[in-house]
Amino acid sequence: MPRLNAGTRHVVRFTLNGRPAAFEVEPRMLLTDALRHLLGATGTHVGCEHGVCGCCTVLIDGMPARACLTLAVQAEGCEIRTIEGLAPSPARLSILQAAFRRHHALQCGFCTAGILMSLEAFLATRPDPSAEELREVLSGHLCRCTGYAPMIAAALEAAAKLREDAVHV
Amino acid sequence: MKPAPFDYLRAESLEEALAALDQGGSEARILAGGQTLLPMLNMRLARPALLIDIMRIPALSAISLEQDAIVISAAVRQATVLARPTLGTEVPLLAAALPWVGHFQTRSRGTICGSVAHADPSAEIPLCLVALEGEIRLRSRRATRRVSAEQFFVGMMLTDKGDDELIEAVAFPKRRPGEGYAFAEVGRRHGDFAIVACAGVVDAKRMRLAVAGVAERPVARDFPLLDGTALDDALNAFAWDLQARDDIHATARYRRDLVRSLGRKVLEEAAACRA
Repeated sequence: MPRLNAGTRHVVRFTLNGRPAAFEVEPRMLLTDALRHLLGATGTHVGCEHGVCGCCTVLIDGMPARACLTLAVQAEGCEIRTIEGLAPSPARLSILQAAFRRHHALQCGFCTAGILMSLEAFLATRPDPSAEELREVLSGHLCRCTGYAPMIAAALEAAAKLREDAVHV
Repeated sequence: MKPAPFDYLRAESLEEALAALDQGGSEARILAGGQTLLPMLNMRLARPALLIDIMRIPALSAISLEQDAIVISAAVRQATVLARPTLGTEVPLLAAALPWVGHFQTRSRGTICGSVAHADPSAEIPLCLVALEGEIRLRSRRATRRVSAEQFFVGMMLTDKGDDELIEAVAFPKRRPGEGYAFAEVGRRHGDFAIVACAGVVDAKRMRLAVAGVAERPVARDFPLLDGTALDDALNAFAWDLQARDDIHATARYRRDLVRSLGRKVLEEAAACRA
C-alpha cells in the first residue's frame, strides 16, 4: 500500500451502521473526529481523548473500541457501528435502550452512548451475564451521574428480554 | 489532544513493514492495537514521523503451538488470546492475568506484543513473560534474534529492541507438569494500572515470584521451597531489594507491604494448585 503523507488528505471508506461512508482525512485524524465532524454522527461523544472515560466507544467489526484511540485510516474497510445504529427505527428504542430508560440508567447522557455500545457487544457474546461480569464491563466507562447500579439492573433486564426473544424466534 | 502529523503506512507484508522500519529508524513507530501508542500520540508524548500499521499482515495474526511454548504473533489481540478455550490449560498464568489487562473495551483492540513493546513497569503481560521465563522474538530487515524476557525489559518503558526491529512474536512457555501458577494484583479499580502485581510459579524444588509495579521493570526471584517465617523473611528481603519509590498512586512502604502480602498469597496459591 502506498504511504499516506502527513499533510495531505486520503480517502477512507467503511460501513457506518450498515451504510457505505467515504470521506477524506489526514492520517492523524481520530475516528471520533471523522465520525462527528465529517460524517455528522455526533451521537459518539468525546470525553477524555486518551482512552480512559469510554464515552467514545463504538463497535469495529462487532468489537468495542475507543474511537479516540483509533485513527480513521485504521478503520478502512471495517464495519463501524455507533449509537445511531442501535434503534431499530427512529420511533423505537432497542431493547437495551428501552431498559436504560425504564431504569433511569442515564441522567445527563454524556457517557451513555459509549456504555450502550459496550453492553451491546458484551451481550452479543455473553447472553446470560452475571451482575459481577457487567460491573467489570462498566469498569471501562466513567459515569458521574448514576452510580452505575441502574445500568446493571437495566442490562440484566435487557439480557433476560433478549434471551426470551431469542427463544420465541 | 490531537496527534501531531505523521505519515501512515498500512503494511501488507512483513517485508514491507521491516523495510519501512529500516528506513524510518527512530522516527518510525509500529502501530498495532494502538491502545498505548494512541494515548501517547494524542498527548504528543510521542511524535513519530511515520506509523507502520501491522494489523493487516496475515503472517502476524497467528497463534502457534510449539513443543514447549505457545507463540503469539504481533497482530494478535488480547481478547483473541483470552477467548482461546485451551488457554487455561496451556498457559494458566496468562489466563489468570489477562482479565486484569486494561478493560473489555481495550483488550478487544490491544495486542499481547504491543504491551510487551510498551514495557510499562506495572503491566501484567510483561510480568507473566518474566515469571514464566518466556522469550521475545525480534526481527529486523537484516536479522532475527530471540531475547529472554528477563533481558528484554531494561527499564521504565525501555527494552532491548532496536529502532529497526519489531517484535514478531512472543513465546510463553506452556504449563509444565508439576508446576503451579497464581496471579494477583492490587489497583485502585479493576482495569487500572496495577499498584503492585505478583505472579508465582512453584514446582517441587523452587518458588519463583515475579513482581510488577515496584521496580522500573518486572523483576523475578527464585527461592527454595520456604514457608513460615523463612518465607516472610525472604519476601521482605525481596521487597526491599526492589527499591520501591513513592508516587501519587502509593507510597514505597505500601508497595513493599503488597510485595510481602501478595507475594505470599500467590506463592501459596501456586503451591496449592501444583499439578
